[in-house]
Amino acid sequence: MDLSFGPEYDDFRSDVVNFLDKNSDKAPKGGDMRGEQAKDWQKLLIENGYTCRTIPKEYGGFGAEPDIIRSRIIGEEFSKSRINPGLGGQGISMLVPTLLEMGTEEQKQKFIRPTIHGDMIWCQGYSEPGAGSDLASLTTAAVLDGDEWVVNGQKIWTSTAHLADWIFCLVRSEPEAPKHKGISFLLFEMTTPGIEIRPLVDMTGVANFNETFFTDVRVPKNQIVGERGQGWQVANAILGHERDTLAPPNTAQTRINALVELMKTETAGGERLIDNPIYKDRLMKLQGRVLAMKYNDMRVLSSRLNPGQDASLSRMITKLQGTELRHELEGLAIDIMGEVGLSYDDNPHLRGAGSWQREYMYYLGLIIGGGTSQIQKNIISERGLGMPREPKIEKKAV
Amino acid sequence: MRFGLSEEQTLLKDNVNRFLEDNVPLDKVREYADGGSDSTIWQGLSDLGIPALLTPEEFGGVGLKPLDAAIVAESLGQHIAPGPFLGSAVMAPFALSNSPEGFGELLSKIATGEHRVGIAFGEAIARRNQASVHVKDGKVDGTSLFAFDAEADSYLVADQNKNMFLVSADDDGISRSNLTTVDRTRRTVELTYSSASAKPVSTDSNLFDRTLDLGRVMLAADTLGAAQSMLDQAVEYAKQREQFNRPIASFQAVKHMCAEMAASLEPCRAMVWFAAHALSDVPEEARLTACHTKAHLAEVGQFVSRTATEVHGGMGFTDLLGLHYWFKRIGANRQWLGAPEFVRSEAAILQGVD
Ligand SMILES: Cc1cc2nc3c(=O)[nH]c(=O)nc-3n(C[C@H](O)[C@H](O)[C@H](O)COP(=O)(O)OP(=O)(O)OC[C@H]3O[C@@H](n4cnc5c(N)ncnc54)[C@H](O)[C@@H]3O)c2cc1C
Repeated sequence: MDLSFGPEYDDFRSDVVNFLDKNSDKAPKGGDMRGEQAKDWQKLLIENGYTCRTIPKEYGGFGAEPDIIRSRIIGEEFSKSRINPGLGGQGISMLVPTLLEMGTEEQKQKFIRPTIHGDMIWCQGYSEPGAGSDLASLTTAAVLDGDEWVVNGQKIWTSTAHLADWIFCLVRSEPEAPKHKGISFLLFEMTTPGIEIRPLVDMTGVANFNETFFTDVRVPKNQIVGERGQGWQVANAILGHERDTLAPPNTAQTRINALVELMKTETAGGERLIDNPIYKDRLMKLQGRVLAMKYNDMRVLSSRLNPGQDASLSRMITKLQGTELRHELEGLAIDIMGEVGLSYDDNPHLRGAGSWQREYMYYLGLIIGGGTSQIQKNIISERGLGMPREPKIEKKAV
Repeated sequence: MRFGLSEEQTLLKDNVNRFLEDNVPLDKVREYADGGSDSTIWQGLSDLGIPALLTPEEFGGVGLKPLDAAIVAESLGQHIAPGPFLGSAVMAPFALSNSPEGFGELLSKIATGEHRVGIAFGEAIARRNQASVHVKDGKVDGTSLFAFDAEADSYLVADQNKNMFLVSADDDGISRSNLTTVDRTRRTVELTYSSASAKPVSTDSNLFDRTLDLGRVMLAADTLGAAQSMLDQAVEYAKQREQFNRPIASFQAVKHMCAEMAASLEPCRAMVWFAAHALSDVPEEARLTACHTKAHLAEVGQFVSRTATEVHGGMGFTDLLGLHYWFKRIGANRQWLGAPEFVRSEAAILQGVD
């Protein structure tokens, strides 16, 4: 057991802390992806290597060698100080890693720089009305016509489609092939004729996702990542990575600390909430779980640094445990506040700028999105514990 | 950075596991449960050097750390092995070697396994039935409930103020009677003292707390091993057992029960490792993590032990399979040295919340 990162990392950590001290006033507070302040902040972070750290310089990144520990330290310090860690979104978190791994040189040159600088916003067109958990059954069709793909069909739950410049999209290009082998991964502009977006209001009251319809949308032939029929592998190259990042233990730690503070200041009948033994016990129970996930995460990190260490099961359970834990944690804050916990939007009694209710709902979304909790349990039991798959039921002929 | 076991620690684990697999099969546990003795098991573990693990080298020990002991505790839990490990190999050597009174000679006897020390801490943690311990002028009166290791040669006793003493089991002033509990893999006793000789060990409540933390983390490790065994048995059974012309492991309800067990148990491994490591190397986090680890493993252990039993259907409920020995051991670990609600309230106090 050796928990130290070594002295050179201590220096690196103090650099990060100094940077944050000096520049925190420049950081945007909200989540507006298009704002100039957000873009300037992003640029500053890239220049200092605090985001897009390992993306090569020629594509607009910082160009550092991969170093899990440095990335980790950056994550820890930004989370601790609650300062905006730079732009997120599916373009940066999903498409860019995909292109780096599977894209052509031309695609890398064209897309990565504007994406990481916030000038090109992406949405992810995977789910369809008939293809959710069973994503590989998707039916949006792409047919090659000369030098162009012609796309017809419908996507749903497309987050940020209404803000996006481009979409990365899974389509069925080989209808005769087995279902996992007939899919291609296409990139196209959201201004292409034939795309219609209908916003869907989600339970938080905001239209964050959409229905996206395609009617004879023409896409240049070379805007495909990987080969024809390889789309499933392309998409899966980074799906595991996405799951790792959905519920980071760092933030759970920050939130439980915030909850402790909340319980020390809030009162009911004049009594501090923290002094109520039942609330206190629920809080401590959650803190125990947060700690278990923190150490679990250290074990996963260690397995990436030390070849031969196995933490595959630890990693496999993170999405399930992490999202469920956050949902409960935010829910406890609501419970202990009673009616005050219901406050939303412009309510003058709002606590934490409404974050408790918002995150409570948001994490329910994450329990569903990115592979539902039930799908996670299927994966854990089948791949983690070696239990048999469900017997397959053949699709009925129509 | 390396979070995990070293090669030596993996070797230690393999050695202990091999010994337990060969020498402590379920039949052997049943023998003990039906009134047999654990002395051959303890002898074997002593030959492996287990009681010497934490004793400093100057007293004939190996001078290893709590994490090494936790690894052994996990294996013992996995095999539901009887024996005085918790008191005699862990808590007593730690307390005695940190005592200002000097227990060198006794420590070297403990390290060889020839002297067994039991633990009577209940009255310093949460007194029940108004039991209490009083020491004056080197003599002890009163009662300790649920002291563990019924065959100990002496007991490390704590009074209500966390003062610790050593009392010899064959002192004329001590009487010892078995307290039957559901957990038949370890025995507990009631100790009654009337003017028995009590040798002072420590008046430092901090030493008591650290000894207690150590014991709690060991119980958590024991639960980790026992719960992992129950999960493994459940998965294995589910793959063999067929109903409706399919292995029950192919039913999603069964798969999800197993996935939930794995998902809650797997982080516990990292937690136990960290908590044990913190006892020696991260003192500022040690107490809080020990409390949380004890309580969290109690909860996860309870969930896993009932769910794994359920996966076995009626067979899980029988004596035939013996799964209940694990169930009860996990249940006992939950109550010993502070039940979860109690330990969590200590965790809150440690953070200035009281
Ligand atoms: C907030 C949010 C944002 C999203 N953003 C996007 C996006 O940007 N782009 C995109 O493409 N998609 C997005 N999604 C879609 C998301 O990936 C799907 O909702 C998810 O994969 C589940 O599919 P579904 O909604 O069709 O539910 P279904 O698959 O119909 O599932 C319904 C219920 O059935 C259960 N179920 C289904 N199959 C099984 C099985 N084999 N075993 C056991 N239970 C099963 C599920 O667990 C669930 O409880 C988003 C979803 C949410 C909630």
